[in-house]
Amino acid sequence: MRSLACNVAGIHFNNPIVMASGTFGFGKEYAKLYDINRLGGISCKGLTLHPRTGNTGARVFETSGGMLNSVGLENPGVDAFLNEEMLYWETIEPVKIANLGGSNIEEYVLGALKITSDAEERRKQNRKAVDMIELNISCPNVKEGGIAFGVKTNIAREVIREVRQVTSLPLAVKLSPNAENIVDMSVMCQEEGAECVSLVNTFSAMKIDIYQRKSVFNNMYAGLSGPAIKPIALRMVHQVAKEVTIPVMGMGGIASASDVIEFIMAGASVVQIGTYNFMNLRAGEELIAGIQSFMELENINSLDEIRGII
Amino acid sequence: MHTIVSNECISEGIYLMTVEGRFTARMGQFYMLRSWNQAPLLSRPISICNIEPDCIQFLYKVAGEGTRMFAALRAGDQIQLEGPLGNGFPEVTGRTALIGGGIGIAPLLYTAKQLDKPDIYLGFRGQSYLTEAYEPYANEVYVKVNGNLLEDLDLSKYDNVLVCGPLGMMKAVAIMMEHTDTKVYVSFEKRMACGIGACYVCSVMNKDRNKKVCSDGPVFLAKEVEWHAELSL
Repeated sequence: MRSLACNVAGIHFNNPIVMASGTFGFGKEYAKLYDINRLGGISCKGLTLHPRTGNTGARVFETSGGMLNSVGLENPGVDAFLNEEMLYWETIEPVKIANLGGSNIEEYVLGALKITSDAEERRKQNRKAVDMIELNISCPNVKEGGIAFGVKTNIAREVIREVRQVTSLPLAVKLSPNAENIVDMSVMCQEEGAECVSLVNTFSAMKIDIYQRKSVFNNMYAGLSGPAIKPIALRMVHQVAKEVTIPVMGMGGIASASDVIEFIMAGASVVQIGTYNFMNLRAGEELIAGIQSFMELENINSLDEIRGII
Repeated sequence: MHTIVSNECISEGIYLMTVEGRFTARMGQFYMLRSWNQAPLLSRPISICNIEPDCIQFLYKVAGEGTRMFAALRAGDQIQLEGPLGNGFPEVTGRTALIGGGIGIAPLLYTAKQLDKPDIYLGFRGQSYLTEAYEPYANEVYVKVNGNLLEDLDLSKYDNVLVCGPLGMMKAVAIMMEHTDTKVYVSFEKRMACGIGACYVCSVMNKDRNKKVCSDGPVFLAKEVEWHAELSL
């Protein structure tokens, strides 16, 4: 019997397909198109303690093999997520990951506290709850003049240390490829007690409108995702997976089942699917089927047989 | 996948694509169209121009890589359609005017067919197109090529005005009718990624909150829109 099951931080995933934050909303929209209960997990739209309206101006621009986004974390806030979206999440099966950002450490800590106490309360009542927090450290750090928390290891360490103290939920840290040293960063996450690292977030990038003579984005830079970044993301996942003992959620430009297998061979425990959801609204079920076919073809019974073999 | 019946250039850079199949949709809704595999990355949101018992029609303007690829499609080629998406225009009653500017006329044909002979005002730069198709479904079709269409109109007699066109035009109608009881509905176009409300790239600032063009819109009540936020772009 072939099994696609995976385990991350003691949490069982039916398969390695996890939908990446910001590309899947809270899942409802895609549930109209296919059975999202078949997914391994969902990382929700990036939350912040307070609601955010996001960036003004253009928010998306296509590039060769990729896209730039500058949504600016528009989201309903942690409370609205817990009070409204969780009612829907209680009805679905995939592993539930709350993606949390912030512009200062206090926001991260308060957000994590609320999510954690909500999850504890729901569990007591035998209801489904958030299974894991994924910390988005690619947010600009207001105190440090807007440089993302996830660039310097010692700055990111403070956030993770503080959040670790207030949550009993398994903690994943979503790493930025813009980190000065992504391997050091992931080792630090492990030292600080994170159960998992997920990588990579988008690459800081740019597009200039040569007729307007200015950046397409009001924020100047935007995040590059999509197939264009896959080879770099894969290399980073490989490097990190070699250095840490905690599980790695691999992502960056995955757009086929063979891409998923590459990330697993590079050492990822599970993968996250982001931009591919826009290219193919039924990406989830097609990738799961594609992985199954590959396992049949190669006579693989469990993904453990190929994980980290490179 | 659906089969293209025809894909004609009806004016400079303007194409009318007819796709085989049985479709049901509300007026003002759209589809995400895709005729390629990986590149360009994103599908393209195109409003419904017309639905017949055995086909659907999309009127589009070649504006970039995706629409250039659409323009190269021939009868018999395949295209992927996701939809119908969005909410479209509400089922209005009373005296109704439809105002279209340029390629913004696209959703108004199917809209006119659902209404009881509205008055239709269509404005163009350079050359008009497809206007004769609106005649059977209108009380009156008024066409203006070059110049300000809105200058010629007395909208005070209408209970509803449905507009699709350039932002400036939609805003101008919104301002003209601001202190009247006429309900003005505007249909937005924005770059989209998912088209279904998950990605937040097509937000439009409304008075109460941000709304998504794809899933909350593309039609909004004009007085709800924060126009300064849209036109400062």
